[in-house]
Amino acid sequence: MTTSLTAPRASARPPVESRRKVRESLGERVAPYAYVAPFFLIFGIFGLFPLLFTFYVALFDWNPVAAHTFVGFDNFSRLFDDPRFWNALWNTISIWILSTVPQLLIALGLAHLLNHARLRLATLFRMSMLVPYITSVAATTVVFAQLFDRDYGLLNWLLHLVGAGPVDFVQSTWGSQIMIATMVIWRWTGYTTLLYLASLQAISRDIYEAASVDGAGSWKQFRHITIPSLRPVIVFTIVTSTIGGLQIFTEPLLVSRSAPMTCGPVRQCQTLTLFLFEQGFGQFKFGYGAAIGVTLFVLVVAFALLNFLLSTRIRREKP
Amino acid sequence: MTTVGQSVRHRKLDRVPWWVYVLLAVAVLVAVFPLYWMFVVASNDSATAYKMPPRLTPGGNLFHLAGLVFSTVPFIRSLINSAIVAVAIGVGQGVLCALAGFAFAKLRFPGRNTLFLIVVLTMTVPTQLAVIPQYMIMSKLGWVDTLQALIVPGLASAFGIFWMRQHIASTVSDELLQAARIDGAGSWQIFWQIAFPLVRPAAFVLGLLGFVTSWNDFLWPFIILKSPEKYTAQIAIKALQNSYVVDLGLAMAGSFLATVPLLVLFAFVGRRLVTGIMDGAFKG
Repeated sequence: MTTSLTAPRASARPPVESRRKVRESLGERVAPYAYVAPFFLIFGIFGLFPLLFTFYVALFDWNPVAAHTFVGFDNFSRLFDDPRFWNALWNTISIWILSTVPQLLIALGLAHLLNHARLRLATLFRMSMLVPYITSVAATTVVFAQLFDRDYGLLNWLLHLVGAGPVDFVQSTWGSQIMIATMVIWRWTGYTTLLYLASLQAISRDIYEAASVDGAGSWKQFRHITIPSLRPVIVFTIVTSTIGGLQIFTEPLLVSRSAPMTCGPVRQCQTLTLFLFEQGFGQFKFGYGAAIGVTLFVLVVAFALLNFLLSTRIRREKP
Repeated sequence: MTTVGQSVRHRKLDRVPWWVYVLLAVAVLVAVFPLYWMFVVASNDSATAYKMPPRLTPGGNLFHLAGLVFSTVPFIRSLINSAIVAVAIGVGQGVLCALAGFAFAKLRFPGRNTLFLIVVLTMTVPTQLAVIPQYMIMSKLGWVDTLQALIVPGLASAFGIFWMRQHIASTVSDELLQAARIDGAGSWQIFWQIAFPLVRPAAFVLGLLGFVTSWNDFLWPFIILKSPEKYTAQIAIKALQNSYVVDLGLAMAGSFLATVPLLVLFAFVGRRLVTGIMDGAFKG
């Protein structure tokens, strides 16, 4: 119907348009470029150029105040031989998985609950779930470091009540990573829930009504209606949380007060971005730091592409 | 008779089971408790944080600790700095992205599709990883330790342009713009007098998102800012923890003070933020 409407209009347009073109001043013709220019200028100077320059700096032994010597791919071969790099890589991946999987599952469940047609206080529930999102990571870390403290933390007090021994979250590898993941989950679950809820509300209520008339319970509806129709937004959140998760920085930096740049004395929760920061701004090895940046960049792009390919594949297989 | 039977059945189907409320209440509690705990420690003192069993009620010590925060680091200055940066970025995003979005949605010009494709592609490029050259550029510009180093890069974003283009394309009708053109209005006038007023709510939400993100940003200010009077609130929180003996009450009070402005803002515009985020999500 839309095509039949637009077709005649399109054929009637050319004479008007050409007349207008003659009338259009030079200013009107360059105006659109001026309107989009700020973004391209800003992105070019502070985004794209630095990105390309990272690839360049990574080929040098680059000290910010002293000499820059061209070393080719030495930084990269040193990086791949560096156990600190592999440690940071595994930490990043494990923190990413620990934070993403529970976050998406909880958000799915919450969105399903919030989608009840007759839910009272719906606005209040939605708003309170967004409170963590407006709280800064820096402020969050102060609180969570206390909640997870070995001797005085609320969490260990609760563990003590049920007879479990104190867990040293900050000093142990798993403990610190779980703690960081908890902060990420706490901050982002509400936001993700709202994205899922928005998609859910686009699904017709009749489907749910028909399902419950047919005797399908809440769980069956969740599995057979909710999950399938959310697939695109789920893929979207996986991609964004991958891009964000691979760059995680502030939480691990602030978690360990004794050795912030390494996230603890044995680098138990040092992530790749933190490693980049340590080498670049702690040790002033700009070239080595840039090589970490390039590697991380390639990883992020590869992960995003992989996600994209997998999701289009899934969609094609299940039309 | 049939109608009565149907409506009864309908009500039964729609009734929300009690356990839904229990689960949602637990979720709200988990979401809000860390902030409440922040307030409890900040309004008592550090000893509260080290007490077993913990004290879970607020005390009357908030003003004393706040005073300590203000005398330890230039905290009021840092709140002002954060406000300057966040407002500039919020307004810049709202206006500049609306302008670019308007051009992409409503103006015809050679290269439009290519340029828009570039905008969309840049959304997926993680430029944050280029912090080292970014720092080098700022130092060449002489912008290290200045607020414009935080503001300028955040003034326009690919996401914002994408978002505003969507809203302008669906809200502003072509007929209206056509009429204005016939009346002799240029594209600049059309933008300010017709298109922008119509999408102001969307621009407001975008600005809000920019405000919240830049208020809470840590990595870039942490790299760029050196002197305490330039600190943003987030860097000031970090500075409060730098002393040898970390006073947890002090750190919590600082964190609380840095969070309060956003909580106040959220109380007023939270509902719009929620609907804005849900509008921006793509639906099934």
